[in-house]
Amino acid sequence: MRIFALVKRIFHQMLRDKRALALMMVAPLLVLTLLNYLLSGNTVDPRLGVINADDKLLERLKDSEITIIQVEANTKDLILHKDLDGVLHFDGDDISLTLTNDQPNAAKALQIKVQQAIAAERANEQAANLSVFMEGIQSKLPEVPLKIEAAKAPEVKTSYIYGNKDTIFFDQLSPILVGFFVFFFVFLISGIALLRERTTGTLERLLATPIQRRDIVFGYLLGYGLFAVIQTIIVVTYAVKVLDITLVGSFWNVVIINLTLALVALSLGILLSSFANSEFQMMQFIPIAIIPQVFFAGIFPFESMAGWMQVLAKCMPMYYGGNALVDVMYKGLGLSDIRNDIFVLLGFSLVFILLNIVALKKYRKI
Amino acid sequence: MSSTILINKVSKRFGKKLVLNQISLTVESGQIYGLIGPSGSGKTTLVKIIVGMDSPSEGNVHVLNTPVPKLQLLQRIGYMAQADALYTDLTGEENLAFFASLFKLKKNVQQERIAYAADLVNLTADLKKKVQNYSGGMKRRLSLAVALIQDPEVLILDEPTVGIDPELRQSIWAELYRLKNEGKTILVTTHVMDEAEKCDCLAMVRDGEIITSGSPSELKKQYGITSLEEVFLKAGGKQQ
Repeated sequence: MRIFALVKRIFHQMLRDKRALALMMVAPLLVLTLLNYLLSGNTVDPRLGVINADDKLLERLKDSEITIIQVEANTKDLILHKDLDGVLHFDGDDISLTLTNDQPNAAKALQIKVQQAIAAERANEQAANLSVFMEGIQSKLPEVPLKIEAAKAPEVKTSYIYGNKDTIFFDQLSPILVGFFVFFFVFLISGIALLRERTTGTLERLLATPIQRRDIVFGYLLGYGLFAVIQTIIVVTYAVKVLDITLVGSFWNVVIINLTLALVALSLGILLSSFANSEFQMMQFIPIAIIPQVFFAGIFPFESMAGWMQVLAKCMPMYYGGNALVDVMYKGLGLSDIRNDIFVLLGFSLVFILLNIVALKKYRKI
Repeated sequence: MSSTILINKVSKRFGKKLVLNQISLTVESGQIYGLIGPSGSGKTTLVKIIVGMDSPSEGNVHVLNTPVPKLQLLQRIGYMAQADALYTDLTGEENLAFFASLFKLKKNVQQERIAYAADLVNLTADLKKKVQNYSGGMKRRLSLAVALIQDPEVLILDEPTVGIDPELRQSIWAELYRLKNEGKTILVTTHVMDEAEKCDCLAMVRDGEIITSGSPSELKKQYGITSLEEVFLKAGGKQQ
């Protein structure tokens, strides 16, 4: 079979190209590890300066993991000098909160915590007032048995459908990243491989033999596909076993999704390489064809996208890949739930493969 | 003698540019046929049309009595492109083995042919080396070996001796004669006039047209001069 001749050659070339091999097998692990430590790092307790706050409220603030520092004034210099994240100022009934807001996310979280503490404290005071009032009435009407439970701040018991209270953003992000790195590196290596074949003239030479155009496309898919299988298994195993990334569903389902993603990346890579004349031009496809894929892979919620953005998302292979990966790794869904995503991905690669076979007509008409 | 390559009124346009204009020529079986002309005269385009990589805008081509393009025909044509199209990260032997398997040669035949082709171009000792460590001449010779790998009946060689030192050029021509004696038909392009002498038959190409053709001695007789270079100039001048 001519396809196997091609596969054998690709194997020879890949095994000899240590850098490409390392890029494919080791680079994703490196990036995943870095992100894992970056995103799961401990959050530092916010530092809040307070003026004239009462002790009970301070207790409550401390309970919600805020470091309290007593300050005298509410000035910018003081906040910056003492490295505070905000100052809470009680002036009679007026309460003012000044936030540094150098990191909007952290500032929002601090604001919510402060508001909750104040509200809870107020509710408590009111409950106390109420029970004093009740006791007053009770003492005046001793015959009437009046019983009212003291109002207490209700305890809300939280349970989770997916994940648990320790789930962090990285748990939702990591499935997407695992898929994306497979997608990206397979795209890059297969695209550049075919590009090199075109620029060195070997593709033309290849087409001067009785090989079918489709044999070339399938040879490439199979040759680099086998490396993608190895890469997928390494990346997923590393993510789950070493980085301890949440994997609720089946390991093999993750491998299946990543393989279909790799197939799309392969066929897209070799297709786009026929529109590039140099390695640099191949690189130029990355911001156009690859980076946007990440945005639509599930990092940003689909529901909050504008209508036309949702349409765009549905044209992105990574949208389906990311979706399926989150479903399996984070939500623990089974094969029947991700079936549609897999079919769409297979559809993408089928279209790209057919386009590839047609694109090779540029080099030989039959 | 039957004609091996038959080109019938072939024209080729790239956009509006006419690259080949009504080219007709016949290569008889067992001949070394030379296409002589300066760079950019359309030789490579013509060669690609003969192999079937490119299709003519008008006219048709038959090779071995089969209309081109046809995939099976490529099994019987040995093609050597102008640029060395080799996998530089593979060894010479791996390159030959790869192309041999594309022609579906059996394992034992494959080894025989690799040994034969490598010996012919004097590369046997360097087969285990990676092609990126080959010199320019070695790469050219390996390209020739690749063209010979499936024992084709027809050889189409696009500037096989370009960039090769005189000594090696001599040895490549010696090989071409040997192949001719084995009964192969060889079409070779060149822009070096002294190589034209070595062909059985010549066609001089300029600006996409054949300005004159015949055997070297016929041409010289026809124009009454002793050097083919002058024939080229005279024939070209007559056209204008």
